[in-house]
Amino acid sequence: MHLVLFFIFGGFCVAGALNLLLQRHPINSALSLIVVMTSLAVLYLLLGAEFLAAVQVIVYSGAIMVLFTFVIMLLNAQREERTHGSRAAYILGFPGAAALFAILAFIFVQNGKSLGFVDLSPSTMVGTHQLSEVLFRNLLLPFEVTSVLILIAILGAVALARHHEPPRNQSRPAGKEQR
Amino acid sequence: MVPIAYYLILSAILFSIGVGAFLIKRNIITIFMSIELMLNAVNLSFVAFANYWNQINHQFSGQIFVFFVMVVAAAEAAVGLAIIIALFRARKTLNVDQVDLMKL
Repeated sequence: MHLVLFFIFGGFCVAGALNLLLQRHPINSALSLIVVMTSLAVLYLLLGAEFLAAVQVIVYSGAIMVLFTFVIMLLNAQREERTHGSRAAYILGFPGAAALFAILAFIFVQNGKSLGFVDLSPSTMVGTHQLSEVLFRNLLLPFEVTSVLILIAILGAVALARHHEPPRNQSRPAGKEQR
Repeated sequence: MVPIAYYLILSAILFSIGVGAFLIKRNIITIFMSIELMLNAVNLSFVAFANYWNQINHQFSGQIFVFFVMVVAAAEAAVGLAIIIALFRARKTLNVDQVDLMKL
């Protein structure tokens, strides 16, 4: 059962990621990334991380991807066109990514035996209660620092995305300036 | 029973696809989305290792780290998309090949 669920949702993940790679229009890539993130939430559940599964759905496929689709629609992003730079990236990008995957897979397969199997017994399920005990006791300072980080990010985002109005004396016609 | 190595290999697949998309895509929003895909792949391997570590000595620091990665990713997405909007206002394009000058 566990294995079947892993292969179904792992397959969804890989299919969504490949769709992100192959689609030309950004909105299709964004929607396939939502598929990847939601299937990853199921995989987190299969690994006994129930709080992270909920946070993955709420934060990633909820908040962040809505922000992405919002920006895509706001900027009216069109299909990307092939340019000279993309041809060089095709020549270098695919072999590089394939080599990276080969190295990682080799290491994981070689050392996979010593890692053992996923244990989904109640003793290894990490609930919100256990997670919050560690987070609010041992790691309280980093947690508070992240809240400050979020605040700074919000202020930075507002400052960056604000529409800068051109200075008044430049926008007026020169003739009216004389009066 | 699923070996933990399966999850790690899935994570490696997603990360490599993210790297490939980062190099090949020309639209700046799609490049940003492939960064998010790479972050998600690393999160998956963190959760897999947290499960392994939890079996040995009942610690789950990997899940805490995933939580912090999500927070930083949310902050990064907000700032990055604001930068993309500012860039689009200045250049009227989203193609990274046409954004190669530091000053107009």
